[in-house]
Amino acid sequence: MKIRYLVLAVIIFSVISLFIGVTDISPLSLFNLSEEQQQVLLVSRIPRLISIVIAGASMSIVGLIMQQLSRNKFVSPTTAGTMDSARLGILVSMMVFTSAAPFQKMLVSFAFALAGTFIFMKILDKIKFKDAIFIPLVGLMFGNIISSVSMFFAYQNDLIQNMSSWMQGDFSMIMSGNYEMMYVSIPGLILAYIFANKFTIAGMGEDFSKNLGLNYRQVVNLGLSISALVTSSVVLTVGVIPFLGLIIPNIVTIYQGDHLKNTLAHTALLGAVFVLFCDIIGRIVIYPYEIPISLTVGVIGSGIFIYLLLRRKKYGL
Amino acid sequence: MGYKKKTIILGIVALALACLYIFYDLRGNIGYILPKRAIKLIAIIITGGAIAFSTTIFMTITNNRILTPSVLGLDSLYLLLQTVIIFIFGSNSIVMMESSINYLISIVLMVLFSLLLYQFLFKGEKNNIYFLLLIGMILGTFFNSFTDFMQVLIDPNEFMVAQDAMFASINNVHTDLVWLSVVLIGLVLIYFSRFYKYLDVLSLGKDQAVNLGVPYDYVVKRLLIVVAILISVATALTGPITFLGLLVVNVTYEMMKTFRHLYILLGSIFLSIIALVGGQFIVEKIFTFNTTLSVIINFVGGVYFIYLLLKENRSW
Amino acid sequence: MVDLKNVFKAYNNKPVIEDVSLTIDKGTITSFIGPNGAGKSTLISMISRLIAKDNGDITIDGKDIFQAKNNDLAKKISILKQSNAINLKLTVRELVSFGRFPYSQGKLTKEDWGKVDEAIEYMELQDMQDKFLEELSGGQRQRAHIAMVIAQDTEYILLDEPLNNLDMRASTQIMKTLRKLVDEMSKTILIVIHDINFASCYSDNIVALKDGKVMKQGRACDVIDKCVLKDLYDMDIDIKEIDNRRICVYY
Repeated sequence: MKIRYLVLAVIIFSVISLFIGVTDISPLSLFNLSEEQQQVLLVSRIPRLISIVIAGASMSIVGLIMQQLSRNKFVSPTTAGTMDSARLGILVSMMVFTSAAPFQKMLVSFAFALAGTFIFMKILDKIKFKDAIFIPLVGLMFGNIISSVSMFFAYQNDLIQNMSSWMQGDFSMIMSGNYEMMYVSIPGLILAYIFANKFTIAGMGEDFSKNLGLNYRQVVNLGLSISALVTSSVVLTVGVIPFLGLIIPNIVTIYQGDHLKNTLAHTALLGAVFVLFCDIIGRIVIYPYEIPISLTVGVIGSGIFIYLLLRRKKYGL
Repeated sequence: MGYKKKTIILGIVALALACLYIFYDLRGNIGYILPKRAIKLIAIIITGGAIAFSTTIFMTITNNRILTPSVLGLDSLYLLLQTVIIFIFGSNSIVMMESSINYLISIVLMVLFSLLLYQFLFKGEKNNIYFLLLIGMILGTFFNSFTDFMQVLIDPNEFMVAQDAMFASINNVHTDLVWLSVVLIGLVLIYFSRFYKYLDVLSLGKDQAVNLGVPYDYVVKRLLIVVAILISVATALTGPITFLGLLVVNVTYEMMKTFRHLYILLGSIFLSIIALVGGQFIVEKIFTFNTTLSVIINFVGGVYFIYLLLKENRSW
Repeated sequence: MVDLKNVFKAYNNKPVIEDVSLTIDKGTITSFIGPNGAGKSTLISMISRLIAKDNGDITIDGKDIFQAKNNDLAKKISILKQSNAINLKLTVRELVSFGRFPYSQGKLTKEDWGKVDEAIEYMELQDMQDKFLEELSGGQRQRAHIAMVIAQDTEYILLDEPLNNLDMRASTQIMKTLRKLVDEMSKTILIVIHDINFASCYSDNIVALKDGKVMKQGRACDVIDKCVLKDLYDMDIDIKEIDNRRICVYY
């Protein structure tokens, strides 16, 4: 697949995304919009588009980095406890600071996500049996355990229904003023680009990278920090979007190979296209209501994931 | 101290706690309170026993101590089912009110689901059990997405009922269901007894088991069905307690330091009863926590497990 | 007698074993040699029914191994795989006692324990029989596993690279034991082995496998031959006769 087709797809879906919604805005009337239409476009539609693109691109890249670092194709924020830890972080910040500013929540959530991911990596070191399929299972278990800790606190504070509602990935509440946290991901992505080669080397293992004169620990820490940062910003603004970081990089590697430098742009673009697509579906299926993005991505994503697993089994990858 | 002695001690502690639970602060209408407590106690023993038992078998089949049957996705299916029932019929509907209907529907669906999953696994030649579990887990996430979605749509009052179903609770078990569960579990155990002798050999791994003449696929398939039924019964009776099994079986292995299943099975069942009865006692009588037992058990079990995983000088 | 007729096996449409026919005589050691990926382990796993064949017949004493009852087979043939990473707290004696499972289904009789003791004695493990496996050295652990196979008391014993990761002393000790098992207890042993000098010195027959096919089979002295080995490993191997033993020099 050529990169320009992906760019084209992003543009087409973006345009569609801008013009779907309860308030009727047609592309033709773009230059003579009413006051209200302008408002909708600026306050809701464009922020929504931006957050979809950022979320899709950055979650996919983060998945890719985590897979490189752990040398396992099935590790991602969903299967390494990162998402669940970020979620716990938000919950804790809400309990500790009753009226936490988004930035505070972000920081606490980032700290938790980072800690959770490090613990998972530590667990990986401890596990003797490094079967490709066993590792994500352990990661999912780990995520469940973190969730049960969240549940414990949520139950204590009567926050369960609350938690379900704000933890479910959903773009419909995105408006200018509450999505700007997403921009935090962008410097992370730029760093990912700069360090791409080093992540690939670090993925070959500690001894291998030391042999090449790479500061292994530092690179791994950087990679995990980027992952935690991006994940917590997405979880905070949009909510949990399952499987994204898992399936997009895997699809890209199928046709693009494993070298990060070659796959980063594809992964980012395909991630954006995928989320745009799922979002559009979620908005038109039960129009004028919406299906939240976590559900559409969850359904389509789990299907693709199972397909990838079966494919792997068939080709013995 | 040997593992035999430890098993006996665990049994005595479990019995003592059970007596304490029944006779503690026994006042008022004894004729009413006593049978009520006894039923609760039986429910606890069934749930705890079934979970410990099935987790032990499951860990033996999968040859590791990290995975529990909860990765089969049954808990998630149960929650989805409860939410769907409330969403479609409402909390006042006959399905919700008539607990035995709910109970039976839940069990049948969960067992059917596992059978479908197993069918899928054993179709191919190269059957990797981790593969099955990962698929189960993904489907679990999938069910959870749906559950989350519906829970947001449900009216907050109705949601309270859904929330009750989400967390295991022994306070509102129904007497009929307890007896029904006893019968079901008894039948499963009778069926299981034929396979008991294979457990020790299975823990040596697939190659060794085949070498020693175990009809591996045949036995594992049936043991997995036993696991699915036991977990379904326990879940439908009291609600999901995801990490109880993980907690008690790992503690048992740490304590017993043996591979003999007789002692591991007995020990984990006793420990499970101790954890549940003791926990229930603390929740009811001492702390009056604003939380249910399952939440605490999952919390403690989860944290302990992470500790176990990270403990120095140990690899899994 | 182990008989293979036109056996095929493929993974994902990639053939690993192609049209292998073999006869293995009773009371011999037969070594399977060949480069990596030749299909040695696959073949020996099929003979022991650990993995299924795609086509062909594998019979032991005239009985098809995939038709036979699991338990009967376990009294006839045993296999020791190269990876024996058992994650259990198990003493040597307990491990060896597992060898009696096919006979007693876990409830060991006095006679069974007698066999266990014999096996432990045979492998000279009396001193460490109550130690946990994880406390032993690689060579001792391998001996414990062989003791279990001896306790299983089968006519045919299959071993998949039993010398892996062992030092010279442990390796020789194990090969000597295997030789003794054949000479004294008239067992039949099939073994996958990488070190061709061990194969040359200790086995009666050798089967040379390459790319899933049998390149040459016959008496050890016929297979350990300059031309055969050159074809097999694609390298020049010098063969010296020392004390009536054929030693390959390939360094």
